[in-house]
Amino acid sequence: MQTKEMKKLNLSEFFMKLFRRQIFIPIAALLLLAIFNLITDPSFYKITLGYNSAGDPVLSGYLMTILDYGSELAILAIGMTLVTAASGGQDISVGAGIAIAGSVILRVLCGTDSRPETLQAPIIVAFLVSCVVAMLFGAFNGALVAYFKIQPMVATLILFTAGRSIAAWINNNELPIISEPSFGYFGGFIPGIPIPTPFFIAVACMIIMALVLKFTNLGLYTQAVGINESSSRLNGLNPAFIKFLTFVILGLCVAVAGLIKVSRLSSINYSVIAKDIEMDAILAVALGGNALSGGKFNMTASILGAYVIQFLTTTLYKFNVQSDALSAYKAVVVIILVVLSTPVVREYLSSLGKKLKFTRNVKEVG
Amino acid sequence: MKKKVIAVILAATMVLGLAACGSKPAAETAKTEEAAPAKEEAAAPAAESSGELIKVGIINNDPNESGYRTANDKDLKEMFTEANGYEASFAYSLKNDEQITAAQKFIQDGVDYLLLSAADTAGWDSVLKDAQDAGIRVILFDRTIDADPSLYEASIVSDMAKEGQTAVDWLKGQNLSEYKIIHLQGVMGSAAQQGRSGALDAAVASDGWTLVTQQTAEWNAEKAQQIVQSVIDSGESFNVIYAENDDMAKGAVAALDKANIAHGVGKDVVVMGFDCNKWALEELLNQNWNYDGQCNPFQASYIDEIIKTLESGGTLSEKTIIMDEKGFDAATITQEDVDNYGI
Repeated sequence: MQTKEMKKLNLSEFFMKLFRRQIFIPIAALLLLAIFNLITDPSFYKITLGYNSAGDPVLSGYLMTILDYGSELAILAIGMTLVTAASGGQDISVGAGIAIAGSVILRVLCGTDSRPETLQAPIIVAFLVSCVVAMLFGAFNGALVAYFKIQPMVATLILFTAGRSIAAWINNNELPIISEPSFGYFGGFIPGIPIPTPFFIAVACMIIMALVLKFTNLGLYTQAVGINESSSRLNGLNPAFIKFLTFVILGLCVAVAGLIKVSRLSSINYSVIAKDIEMDAILAVALGGNALSGGKFNMTASILGAYVIQFLTTTLYKFNVQSDALSAYKAVVVIILVVLSTPVVREYLSSLGKKLKFTRNVKEVG
Repeated sequence: MKKKVIAVILAATMVLGLAACGSKPAAETAKTEEAAPAKEEAAAPAAESSGELIKVGIINNDPNESGYRTANDKDLKEMFTEANGYEASFAYSLKNDEQITAAQKFIQDGVDYLLLSAADTAGWDSVLKDAQDAGIRVILFDRTIDADPSLYEASIVSDMAKEGQTAVDWLKGQNLSEYKIIHLQGVMGSAAQQGRSGALDAAVASDGWTLVTQQTAEWNAEKAQQIVQSVIDSGESFNVIYAENDDMAKGAVAALDKANIAHGVGKDVVVMGFDCNKWALEELLNQNWNYDGQCNPFQASYIDEIIKTLESGGTLSEKTIIMDEKGFDAATITQEDVDNYGI
C-alpha cells in the first residue's frame, strides 16, 4: 500500500518535473497535433515511396512535407534563438534578408544574363558570396543594436523595409531563372536519396550549432549577457560584441535558408519570397518556451518549435483551411501556448500541484 | 519579473501583428512599404527650340513593383520620345499623396496632357479640377479612379473579368471528360483576383465542374507549391490547375514534378497561368503548360492614338477603352508570340 502510494507520488513528481522543463511545451504541442491528426485521419501518417519526374526515388506524404518545409524555419530558429537570448529582442528582417541572400546567389550564378544556359560560377562560390553578404547585413543589424543601443525590432525594421528593394536592385529588377538541374537539389532531392535535402541541411546546421555550443562559451556568454548585461561586463565579457556576434550568426542562418528557398523554384520573386517568415521564426522561439526578453535559452526546444509550426501549417492546409486565414489559426494556438508558458501561469500551476500533494500528505497523516 | 511581463506583452503584440499581417493584402502592402519617395526624371530638358512638341506629364507606379509595371513603364518610355513628337516627364510613386503632389507640379509646369495610373482610387477630384481649369487634359491608364468622368478624357484599362472569361472558355473548349480543378487565387479582393476567379466560379456552378481545392496563394509561388503539395499528399485526383498568375502556376508545377505527375499538352494535368511573363510563355512553347492569359501592359499606343485624335480636333467615341487581351494556347503558340507578348 505504502509503496504504491510512493510510486504514484514519484510519478506525479516526474510529471511535475517534466512540466517544468522548457522542452515540455513544444513536445506537448507536437503530441496534441499528432493525436488530433491520428484521430481525424490516420492516413496523415502515410508515407509512400515514389519517383519524381526526373526518375529519382522520393518519399512523399504529409510527414515528409513537414520535414521539408519546416527545415528552413528550423535553421532560422537557431539564429533567432541566439539573437533573442543575447539582445532580448528579435530580428524582423530575416525575410528581407532571405530575399537579399537569394538574389545574390542568383546574381553570381547568372552573371549579367538573367537566363543563362550554363552557370557562370560554381554553386558553392555563389553560396559563399551570399553568406558573406548576409553576414554583412547581419553585422549591420548587430552594430545598430549592440553599439548604437537601438531596440532590435526598430533597428531591423530598416532592413525589413528596404531589404526587398535591395534584393531587386542586386539583379537589376530582373527575374533570373536557372535551368541547371543540380541547383534544384538543395530545395528538392539529391538523386538517389529519397529524403528531402533541406532536412539534411538543417541537421548539418543543428550539429554545427550543437558543437559550437558544446566546445565554446558562446551559449554561456549569450545567456549571461541576456540575463544581466552590466554584471556580465563586470565579469569581463564584452556584451556589445556578443550581441553583434549573434546577429552575424543569424545572418549566416539567413544565407542557408535563402539557398534552400531559391533552390526550390530555381528562381526568385523579390516581393513575396519568404514572406512573413520572420514571424514564424520568432514564433518558433516563443513556442520553444524561450523568454522573448532574453536570457536563458533552449536550442532544441526552438528547433522543435519550428517543426511544430510547420506541422500546424500542414495540418491546416490538409483541412483546406483558407490560406489567408492560416495566420489567424496560428495566432490562436500561439496565444494559448505563450500564455501557458508565462511564469505567472506556470507558478500558478505548480502551486496547484503542490497544494494537491499537500492535501494528500495531510490525508495520509490523518 | 518585470522582464517577464514585458515578454508576455511582446509576445502578445507579436501575435496581434501576425494576425494583422494575415488580413492585409500582402503583396500590395509589401510593395507600398518599398515605395520610394516620388522620383522625378525630366526627360530631355532641351527641346525649347522646337515648340511643336506635345508636353506630357506621366504619373505611374514604381516600375519595380512587378514585371507588369516594368514592361508598362518601358512601353511608355519608348512611345513618348522626342522622335515621336512628345516631351515627356515621368514621376513614380506607389503612394497616392506623392502622386498628387507630382500632378500639381506638372500642372504648374503647364503640360498639355496628364497621364495617370493612380495608386489609389480616391482623392483625385480637386487636383483634376485644377488640371481642367488650366486646360490640361487627363488620360487614365491601367487603373480607374473614383472621380467624375467629366474630369478626364479617357481611361484605358484591362478587363480582368474578360481575361478570366477567355481562359474559362478555352478550358471549356478542351472538352475534358471531367474537370477536377485546383484553383489558386491571387490576393483576395484585388481586381485581378476578382475578375479571374469570377469567371471560373460561374463555370463551376453552371457546368458541374469540381473544385478540388480553392485557395489563395497570394500571388506567391511557394504558397502555391505547398497548397498543391497538400492536395497531392491527400491522394485526391485532379486534372486542371487554374493559377491566377504565372508565379503560382510555377509553384504548382514544381509540386507536380516532385510527385511525377505529368503536366502540359496531352498530359494528365492541364496547367493554366496569367500575365504572360516571357519565361511562362517559354514553358508553353516547351509544351509544359497549356494556357497563359495576357494582362496587357502596353497602353502607350492607345494613349498615342487618343492624343493624336484630340490634337486633330476629333472626339473620342468612348470614354473607357478596354484593351485587346489574348490568351495563348500551348498548341498554337509561336516563338514570335513569346518575343512580342512576353513581359
